[in-house]
Amino acid sequence: MSTRQDAIEDQNRRMLRARDAMDRTYAEPLDIPALARIAHVSESHFIRAFAATFHETPHRYLQRRRVERAMYLLRNTDRPVTEICFQVGFSSLGTFSRTFTAIVGETPTAHRRRGPIAPVPGCFVMAWTRPSATDRTAGSDRAIEQFRISSRPEPRRRFKS
Amino acid sequence: MINSVLQSQIFVLDQDQALDFYVNKLGFEVAEDIDFGFMRWLTVHPAGQPDRKVLLERPGPPALDEQTAAQVRDLLTKGAMGGWLLFTTDDAQATHDELVARGVEIADGPNRQPYGIDFGVRDPFGNRIRIGQLAELSRPLTAEDFAAQS
Repeated sequence: MSTRQDAIEDQNRRMLRARDAMDRTYAEPLDIPALARIAHVSESHFIRAFAATFHETPHRYLQRRRVERAMYLLRNTDRPVTEICFQVGFSSLGTFSRTFTAIVGETPTAHRRRGPIAPVPGCFVMAWTRPSATDRTAGSDRAIEQFRISSRPEPRRRFKS
Repeated sequence: MINSVLQSQIFVLDQDQALDFYVNKLGFEVAEDIDFGFMRWLTVHPAGQPDRKVLLERPGPPALDEQTAAQVRDLLTKGAMGGWLLFTTDDAQATHDELVARGVEIADGPNRQPYGIDFGVRDPFGNRIRIGQLAELSRPLTAEDFAAQS
């Protein structure tokens, strides 16, 4: 085992730790100093190292996380778009709509019309329906279609409490 | 026909460290720890469930060449290896608090879900572990249940 490989693996784990933190607190403002502390690196090194590890900047990753959460809330709740925009961490409706449309390839309202996402554990929804960083429309559309097909509504019944 | 899951496998960077984490932190028991010289067969299971074992395998020769092992280790530490284990508990909050007290890294949660309460943990290498207290359900969940939850 080379020392260089050790260093890369150690850095991977520290970046993953910071990414987990972003997944937990996505609705809060992007706090590079706090994330850099979690990763035990300087702020400027954090952004570089994160991008080298996951092939996108922390800012971009956070945007995709927020958009994924917005996609979920649009399809699975009837909350107003404005409320969802703020709930996932955007502070302006204009920025939200622009970012959402650029990443997903359709507007929040058009996305809402796709209907509810299939019931699977939340961690998989978060991982699988997050819009692709590279294959923007094709990848997302395939995932969206899969989730839609498998989520045919069932008759409404009450939970046993 | 096939009637049970007996063993699963995940990759770990260091088997001693894995042993410490899975046994001393998560409270698992060692099923087999056999040193073949060229490799070490190490399996663990949750306390009281010896029929569901997890093999903790170190990526490397002779199974994997050095370069491939390095790729596996890279993916593992980025959280991108398949390794994903889901365990159940009777009390997610209590288990969560106990693991925090033992210094376990909590990735997220505890979260209230339509299917119960769960939280996520990373093992020291990046493997994703989920621990859930499952609700008793009288029927399959639907998207509506998840909508009501969010």
